[in-house]
Amino acid sequence: MRALRRPVGVTGVVLLALVLFAAAFGPVLWGERATAVDTANLLAGPSAEHWIGTDNLGRDLFARVLVAARLSILLALAATAIAMVLGLLLGAAPMLLGRRLGRLVTASVNVLVAFPGLLLVLFFAVVFGVGARGAALAVGLAGAPAFARLCHTLIAGVSERDYVAAARIAGVGRARMLRRHVLPNIAEPVIVYATMTAGAALLTFAGLSFLGLGVQAPDYDWGKLMQDGLNGIYVHPLAALGPGIAVVLAGLAFNLTGEAFAAGPRRTHVLPPAGPPSPATAPARNSVLSADDLRVTIPGPNGPIHAVRGVSFSVGDGEAVGVVGESGSGKSVTALAVAGLLEPPVRVQAGHLAVAGEDLLAPGAHRRLGTSLAVVFQDPMTSFNPAHRVGPQLAEVSRFHQGLGRRAAFARAVDRLRAVRIGDPERRARQYPFEFSGGMRQRAMIGMGLMGEPRLIVADEPTTALDVTVQRQVLELLADVRRDTGAALLLISHDVSVVTDVCDRVLVMYAGRVVEELPAKDLRALARHPYTRALVAAVPDMETDLDRPLAVIPGLPVDPVDVPAGCAFAPRCPLADDHCRTVAPPLRDGVACHKAGEAP
Amino acid sequence: MSALTFHEVSVRYGAHTVLHEVSLEVPAGRTVGLVGESGCGKSTLARAAVGLAPITSGSILLDGRPVPTRGRRPVQMVFQDPYSSLDPRMTVGESIAEALPGRPSRQDRQSEIARLLTLVHLDPARAADLPGQLSGGQRQRVALARALAARPQVILADEITSALDVSVQGAVLNLIRDMRRDLGLSMLFISHNLAVVRYVADHVAVLHAGRIVEHGPAARVLGDPRHDYTRHLLASAHPLKEHT
Ligand SMILES: Nc1ncnc2c1ncn2[C@@H]1O[C@H](COP(=O)(O)OP(=O)(O)O)[C@@H](O)[C@H]1O
Ligand code: SF4
Ligand SMILES: [Mg+2]
Repeated sequence: MRALRRPVGVTGVVLLALVLFAAAFGPVLWGERATAVDTANLLAGPSAEHWIGTDNLGRDLFARVLVAARLSILLALAATAIAMVLGLLLGAAPMLLGRRLGRLVTASVNVLVAFPGLLLVLFFAVVFGVGARGAALAVGLAGAPAFARLCHTLIAGVSERDYVAAARIAGVGRARMLRRHVLPNIAEPVIVYATMTAGAALLTFAGLSFLGLGVQAPDYDWGKLMQDGLNGIYVHPLAALGPGIAVVLAGLAFNLTGEAFAAGPRRTHVLPPAGPPSPATAPARNSVLSADDLRVTIPGPNGPIHAVRGVSFSVGDGEAVGVVGESGSGKSVTALAVAGLLEPPVRVQAGHLAVAGEDLLAPGAHRRLGTSLAVVFQDPMTSFNPAHRVGPQLAEVSRFHQGLGRRAAFARAVDRLRAVRIGDPERRARQYPFEFSGGMRQRAMIGMGLMGEPRLIVADEPTTALDVTVQRQVLELLADVRRDTGAALLLISHDVSVVTDVCDRVLVMYAGRVVEELPAKDLRALARHPYTRALVAAVPDMETDLDRPLAVIPGLPVDPVDVPAGCAFAPRCPLADDHCRTVAPPLRDGVACHKAGEAP
Repeated sequence: MSALTFHEVSVRYGAHTVLHEVSLEVPAGRTVGLVGESGCGKSTLARAAVGLAPITSGSILLDGRPVPTRGRRPVQMVFQDPYSSLDPRMTVGESIAEALPGRPSRQDRQSEIARLLTLVHLDPARAADLPGQLSGGQRQRVALARALAARPQVILADEITSALDVSVQGAVLNLIRDMRRDLGLSMLFISHNLAVVRYVADHVAVLHAGRIVEHGPAARVLGDPRHDYTRHLLASAHPLKEHT
């Protein structure tokens, strides 16, 4: 019901309530008035007694418009119901009938969707004959193909989900699958679409009745009233316009309501005013990245999310620094802040945040950074535009930042693809991202970062979606690139072994803070923070003792909306005491723990 | 518990052959680890055993008889993505109940759900929760409980820990080992992580480009690999060791 917070939604829902009220109670409240013949006032114009005049029998037109609401709305809803049921059946055909028959149905639907809707309506209206029932069938049938296509797409999306496969394996039949798993999960968009279709059906009906193909006397809907009023349009325009306005208002009511719900809840969450800013500080010397007291706050439905809560670190020229921690610990948000990719309403605060000498807290920093920063994300499919070929996408970087011409930029793109060891780069540069395997896309993404001369590469889980052999190739490639270009690396991963193998230094994050910072080679044996130790112990390696259960970290990670006072790790820490629970330990000598190094 | 046997199974999609006459046995009460890089056909092999992938030739047998691929399967599967494997609109209890055989009374159903949730180390009160209220690791445990609800002879676990945080992965792996010990489950455990496979599997099979290239006791295959590809995999398991 969050749609109701939007003005459009409120207008739609109020209008719809009025229209439905007229449809429900119109005939009861105004039925008598609408049929009362007033021979003294035949075809009269608007007056205090007859707001929009009377018809040729002297019946009050305003009352007739209100009474006609019921038939108009009922017919529109009936047609929508027909379209929806047929559409659902056709859309579910591939699932109910099996692949082959289903494909036939889908192909036919696609042909029908291509026909102009009005043509279909008129065709069916003639086939089913003049009258309300025929018109309802015609409008319903004509609306079915579009519905079928929507349902087909939605159902196909749901059918791919593993829970459908799991239900099949558990022996759930097709009909039950549709009822229990598919329909509930597509209901929302279907209902929204049906609401909008009802609005359109209303207009179509008015059109059909107006043309004499729909409702026949003595019944009347808005279209019929419009037709009747047409004769006197020059003398009493309101007689035709009145029902027309009713059609428009009712159509709007359906459409606005549907649209408001389709647009979904708008985020109206706002952050409370910022606390006192961190005192401005100067970036560390000889560093390509320097952050002091970095804080990132994201507006969330249940209050501000404190994703990063005061992180200070620097990356020296050419250094490789790793960041590890559980999901939700703020690693990715830190990476996004460093890449200058966070925008309001997300709030970024820091004493300073500088990359390659550029102050990222000043506006336009991302652009000024140009190519001195390269970014690689976990899923490169989302980083490439799927509609463009890979080569030109790489070339774009050089054209934008280095002002190269089209041809020179493309040549550089091919050269960079070769540099990241993509075989046959000329051909590959002309392919689309989906023609690349996951590992190749990841290398192409690194290639894009190398279009310029990066001083820092930020890589967020660059190998998580890849398997061991490809993962190794990507990591080797990053190592080679660093050797060749001298670029520094900020490598984010939840995989402790990847980070220890690639990096010089490691930051361990928990609940938006760095809890330990140490040389990578010391991570396994010399960690002092209980969390770091637990994290390392939880990962099986090729030497893990097979006779003992794996170490686990009890409990759940901290909810960043509600970070406890004191040490955030205390609820899961075997060493925690009352002091830990009240006083947050500062990061001192590379570790933030009151009992650093103590044995549990 | 029963043995699951793949006998010269081939799977072809159009012109592309995904599996070439794969033969593999999951002995009764044992866990077989299946390793190999993504796209080599690991998931296809598992899906074929539950009728989710069409086999072109060969046969899949459960204790010598063709494994049923309709109705409630005696072979159950747990999937990789914890965010896609539970219906977001069904409570944990409803998801599990759906897999229960027969038509148990309301009371039997509830006690069985509670038993299964306890078995996977979840609080039975969780039965009323929707998946949205659970973490990834908890969801994966529910998926496991649902698979167990169907009283399976064999469980296929397809990369069930790869989407999880390392801190949670350990708990799920411990659970898998407990269940093998307590229930004597036969299991095909698919993973690209060799250390994980080493920890849970008795046997290891290595799949490369749709063919089994090596197969044997876990300690032997991982300790003394005979096939070049297995060596290559093992070397990759320590990324960049020779670099640093
Ligand atoms: N766009 C976003 N909207 C709302 N919350 C977000 C958004 N991005 C991240 N968060 C939240 O910020 C916290 C830190 O997330 P993240 O940096 O992605 O963690 P990590 O990378 O360590 O897994 C999490 O609680 C996450 O849900
Ligand atoms: S400060 Fe206390 S609770 Fe926090 S990690 Fe150290 S010992 Fe554990
Ligand atoms: Mg992340």
